[in-house]
Amino acid sequence: MTSQEALVNYTLRLGDTSLILAQRLSEWTGHGPFLEEDLALTNIALDIFGRAKALLEYAAKVEGKGRTEDDIAFFRSDREYFNALITEQPNGDYAKTIIRQALIDCFDLAFYTELAKSKDETLAGIAAKSIKEITYHKRHSFSWVNRFGNGTEESFNRLQKGLNEIWPFAGELFEMNEVDALLIKEGVAVDLSTLKANWEKEINQLLAKANLVAPEGTYVQTGSRKGLHGEHLSYILAEMQSLPRMHPTAKW
Amino acid sequence: MSNDSQGPLWEVFVQKKAGQPFVHCGNLHAYDKEMALQNARDLYTRRGEGMALWVVPSSAIVSSSPEDMGSFFEPSNDKIYRHPTFYQIPDGVGHM
Repeated sequence: MTSQEALVNYTLRLGDTSLILAQRLSEWTGHGPFLEEDLALTNIALDIFGRAKALLEYAAKVEGKGRTEDDIAFFRSDREYFNALITEQPNGDYAKTIIRQALIDCFDLAFYTELAKSKDETLAGIAAKSIKEITYHKRHSFSWVNRFGNGTEESFNRLQKGLNEIWPFAGELFEMNEVDALLIKEGVAVDLSTLKANWEKEINQLLAKANLVAPEGTYVQTGSRKGLHGEHLSYILAEMQSLPRMHPTAKW
Repeated sequence: MSNDSQGPLWEVFVQKKAGQPFVHCGNLHAYDKEMALQNARDLYTRRGEGMALWVVPSSAIVSSSPEDMGSFFEPSNDKIYRHPTFYQIPDGVGHM
């Protein structure tokens, strides 16, 4: 594997993770529990779409095959997508969406803070811009975890159920392969093993505050680094890609 | 949208720049202070409208009532000398 191939794959991984998460969050548009929260989540989805656009644009540039970010987003199949499995999991109810978001926000804030120091100037620039956005996303999701956990019996039960469902997919965020190894050596990628202890500490504190218990002994679901996904991704892509595939020359 | 309780009402005030007054811009629903602040940020400052926010429980606002109109406001109608239009305002004075 060349450095260029590794960088394309790494950037796709980050771009796809952002794109699929944003697509999932945007499913709440018009369906939020109430107006204010509907808009809050839509805002967050838009921030993440913006990050996805910048990353996929860069992936297309490094790849050098004349593709645009739209070509990359709309004309790849599920086996060519590298988004983390946690992002493609169904939204469930609002509590499940919120706990998924909290686990991801906690990871993302630490990750992009480190990526902002990357020797790759474009990745560092995108990361630096994202830090402020993610800081807010995390404040939003963490405060809702706290609110649900300490709210009613119903809100607590839903939150715990959501956590049980999403927890097996969180571990994959820290998975590394030969792409990471190569790019860490070059000072481009973040060594994910350095982020894990602090993520666990922060999440444990959050869960404790909300009276939640993390499931024990669950098997960590992986596969996305190799382009292997659950069935959910196919449905997301079908919805997301149907229009540009039907009308490839359509313009806004 | 569900029709169950969306929490109490809060009034939102936005300050455009440091030193300028906080201007009322609308209201929202929220269960607590943090949520009110976050909702205000998302609803009223998405397009760069401000640098600072106040949220105040609507129940904390004391309002005059329509019946007060006569006794409260009409007595000032014939006291035009209270307006500062009779004075020259120095150029150096900012927004007044």
